[in-house]
Amino acid sequence: MPSQKKNDIAIRMEDVGIEIDGELDSGSEGKNRKAKASPRAGGRNGKPATTEDEEEEEDQDEAPRKRARKKKASAQDSEEEEEEDDRSAKRKGTKAAGRKKKAVKEEEEEEEEEKRGKKKKGGKGDAKGKGGKEKGSGKDKKKENGNSSSSGESGDEDSLSEGEMASLKEEVEEKKKLIATLRNKPWRMKRRLKLLKECQAFVEEFEGALGKGKGRKLYAYKVMMAKKMIKFNRDFDNFKTACIPWERKIKEVESHFGSSVASYFIFLRWMYGLNLVLFAFMFGLVVLPEVMMGLPYGSIPRKTVPRAEQDRAMDISVLLDFGGYCKYSILFYGFYNDERTIGVLQFRLPLSYLLVGVGIFGYSLMVVIRTMARNSDEGGDGGDDGQFTFAFKMFTSWDYLIGNPETADNKYASITTSFKESIVDEQENQKDENIHLRRFLRVLANFLILCSLGGSGFLIYFVVKRSQEFANLDQDELSWFEKNEVEFVMSLLGLVCPPLFETIAELEEYHPRIALKWQLGRIFALFLGNLYTFLFALFDEVNAKLEKEKSIRNATIWGLNEYYSNYSSYHNTTDIPPPDIHPADVIRGPCWETAVGIEFVKLTVSDIQVTYMTILIGDFLRAMIVRFLNYCWCWDLEAGFPSYGEFDISGNVLGLIFNQGMIWMGAFYAPGLVGLNVLRLLTSMYYQCWAVMSCNVPHERVFKASKSNNFYMGLLLLVLFLSLLPVVYTIMTLPPSFDCGPFSGREQMYNVVMETIENDLPAFIGNIFTYATNPGLILPAVLLMVLAIYYLNATSKNYQNANLELKKKMQMARDEEKNRRNNKENTNQVMQDLEDLLPNRSLLPPAAAEEKPPLEIVREKGSKPPKVAKRPGAAANGKGVNIQKDVSLAAPNPKAAVTHPPGPRGPSGNARGPPPGPARGRGRGTPPSRR
Amino acid sequence: MGNKQTIFTDEQFEAYQDCTFFTRKEILQLHGRFHELAPHLVPLDYTNQPDIRLPLALIVSMPELKENPFRNRIVEVFSEDGQGNLSFNDFVDMFSALCETAPRELKTIYAFKIYDFNVDNFLCKEDLEKTLNRLTKGELTPEEVNLVCSKAMEEADLDGDSKLSFSDFENMISKAPDFLR
Repeated sequence: MPSQKKNDIAIRMEDVGIEIDGELDSGSEGKNRKAKASPRAGGRNGKPATTEDEEEEEDQDEAPRKRARKKKASAQDSEEEEEEDDRSAKRKGTKAAGRKKKAVKEEEEEEEEEKRGKKKKGGKGDAKGKGGKEKGSGKDKKKENGNSSSSGESGDEDSLSEGEMASLKEEVEEKKKLIATLRNKPWRMKRRLKLLKECQAFVEEFEGALGKGKGRKLYAYKVMMAKKMIKFNRDFDNFKTACIPWERKIKEVESHFGSSVASYFIFLRWMYGLNLVLFAFMFGLVVLPEVMMGLPYGSIPRKTVPRAEQDRAMDISVLLDFGGYCKYSILFYGFYNDERTIGVLQFRLPLSYLLVGVGIFGYSLMVVIRTMARNSDEGGDGGDDGQFTFAFKMFTSWDYLIGNPETADNKYASITTSFKESIVDEQENQKDENIHLRRFLRVLANFLILCSLGGSGFLIYFVVKRSQEFANLDQDELSWFEKNEVEFVMSLLGLVCPPLFETIAELEEYHPRIALKWQLGRIFALFLGNLYTFLFALFDEVNAKLEKEKSIRNATIWGLNEYYSNYSSYHNTTDIPPPDIHPADVIRGPCWETAVGIEFVKLTVSDIQVTYMTILIGDFLRAMIVRFLNYCWCWDLEAGFPSYGEFDISGNVLGLIFNQGMIWMGAFYAPGLVGLNVLRLLTSMYYQCWAVMSCNVPHERVFKASKSNNFYMGLLLLVLFLSLLPVVYTIMTLPPSFDCGPFSGREQMYNVVMETIENDLPAFIGNIFTYATNPGLILPAVLLMVLAIYYLNATSKNYQNANLELKKKMQMARDEEKNRRNNKENTNQVMQDLEDLLPNRSLLPPAAAEEKPPLEIVREKGSKPPKVAKRPGAAANGKGVNIQKDVSLAAPNPKAAVTHPPGPRGPSGNARGPPPGPARGRGRGTPPSRR
Repeated sequence: MGNKQTIFTDEQFEAYQDCTFFTRKEILQLHGRFHELAPHLVPLDYTNQPDIRLPLALIVSMPELKENPFRNRIVEVFSEDGQGNLSFNDFVDMFSALCETAPRELKTIYAFKIYDFNVDNFLCKEDLEKTLNRLTKGELTPEEVNLVCSKAMEEADLDGDSKLSFSDFENMISKAPDFLR
């Protein structure tokens, strides 16, 4: 059959093209329409009822061609002949008149044919091989359509009325929609593929016929472009998925450790993406221009290592502390020059520096909030707690991503435990001694944790104070420990406290997911305390530096004045050359910005070191010891005390978040920090993946990540905000150093913006800015915003209420309906789809069930077996729904289909179900009755 | 690239991409996996759509399904003959429905089918018991199983016919915080 079909199609295609030729040859302007209709006419003439007509059809199709060529009427059925006669008569009549126009027409026709050809062959972009089948089904569809719209009156089909046009258009749209949503339908793949082909063919067939007159070409063009667009979009999507890195790695981790651990890695990847963008900003707009167009190293004092430091500038210990050449390099704020524009491009580096520094925050804020918003609309509405405890546990507790036997065992165990727990809860719901004890324990745990938080806060405060004392002493007398005390203590606290909290949290007996959140919150508080203590210490230092700088600056200015006056009195001239001092010898201020930058970079580096060392020692070494010493040890190390480490989700996530906070804060003072962070994230992705896969074991109670992703994002947002504060504070209030950095010589950093407005933009914009910054304008604006927030808040509350109300109503309506149709048949689409998923139903015509409401079957089941038997498909469709109750009815096979498990029924099902080939035919053949 | 062309034609790719949630690359990977399962049965060239079915035992041995307590049911639900023999179409279909981009509604439908052990489009008590026993590897005592099942039934069954219809199930699942996460 397929070969025959293909043949048929080939002929048809030719035929269609040629018929158009014929028509157009003779046509006058008015006939354009007819030409359009004629391809359909060919289809309509053949009025197929079954697949047997195929042969006949072929003849019919061939007929018009012969006629058109040889003017020989090949009579197949009378109607057609009549019509043909009519047509040929017309043709004769107009032929003479149309002669002149023929030339013009020919051109038009050629174009038309071209278009048609394109549509046929290249329309789908690259539809070639598939063509055969698709076209075939398309034709059938067409026939079906023709049948339904004008089956009886095939005589006057050459005019397509507006109404038909509209309905056709509608149908095309419908099909398109179906194609778009096909993947969401719970149908068998075979049926889906088939439907897809049908729809595509249908759309392809009729889309071109829809435009009219001149518009037609445009329409066809539009259609073609739309197709190209779809194809492009799809390719682009493919490309995008191909670009997402580490998909496999993460999936692997996910299958071993459950989704909670994987959520960390997904978060890490997200962070990497964010940092890549930040790095692109920083590198492209600040670092690269300075390198390409700025002055080279050694040209001015700020770009030169001072004479005193030059001897040790290349020492590795100095470099590791980011002193020496590192300090006077592109990595830090101080290196950048304050020239308003640099290079041939007149690049405004200081302005760009400021804007990028602020823009990084802006962009991060936007991305975080957008991601949060996107995360929050996914997922259900939270659920009414406690309503479905058991049902949820039963149906949703398995994590389908688990692929590791060990993890699966853990999961089984945890599910069993949770069931047992719920049972116990259920049975002892009334007893509350337990609850009192638990409450007490929870309060105690919180108390303990507060104590340790306070203790760590005090420790840091103490250390910072001491380090300030140390700072007044001579640097050379201090030991290494004394110099790095703050970092050391902070890292130690970060190392010790989280496990301590975890131990204390055991008292609380929360569900691990809730416990994770508590743990995250607590460690967050700890880290935050540390960070802010650190910041305050830093600010003290900055203030001290500012004082020092002031005196140095005065001294410099005084020295310069001295030089000038001496020079002018000695040489008796007014044009004085600048003092000729080597840039390395110039006296300079302490440049507090670079100092801050160095602090942040150091902190980040030490953080990286600690993290990596922890993994190496805490996980890898421990795993090695447990694994190999187990052969010669008195107790079982693997099952007993040290065992293997678990992956510490909360610690890692928070580490990542705080690291990011550090980057945000430090990026303004050390442009190189972002690049460093990108490297860190990149390596830690591989390193941690390796570590987790090789030396960790899954959690004892495997749990799903649930929505904690948004929790991470919330924390990140908080940290972003907190790191925004100090940076903005410094930008707005502290005066920049007078001899280093892009803002040197200005009173405030943001003066750069003012300068640009004054000098580079037209005057009226400056005016606008003056107005805009007027307090009289700002206050109302703030007021307006507050009002807007209030209003939005109020409306959102209203919506929430309305939502709740609607939900209640829906629930009520649902219950009512349930009660009403309790035990009755279901006519809804979903049920039918469910039916369809029963084995071997995929290709049965969907129309069958609609045609005959299952209710009918229920009533007639006993009395009218013949009716059911006539349509096995419909019977089976109806059957599945209510078969449970009435097993005794109708056809013998469907009954078997449902009462027994699918196993043994297979062969009989196969025998009964139509084999694929005929089924396909039937599927297409039946629908006419539907329309 | 040349390798790609021999496995599927572009049209097949388009069709699969229209019908599933996969991209071209993923479809190729899926084919690779399918091929791996039975290299001697599954041809590399799928352009002429050979009708080859792999038995349940093979499919279930995939690492993705190996540990799943409902593996047999999953495969059975997605197989056209209901016995667990999967053609490549069914195979793709299965993974499309299970992949994370598939909408909740679709997953709900298939989840319902999976839990419906005796294929009657209702979840009755035996279905629940089977589900539970698979989830806990039979660690619970019969009384406990009974209790849990009746509790779950009580919670989710809105019309009181002591079996869960699809709408009951859908209603319940739509409120589940864990489903699809």
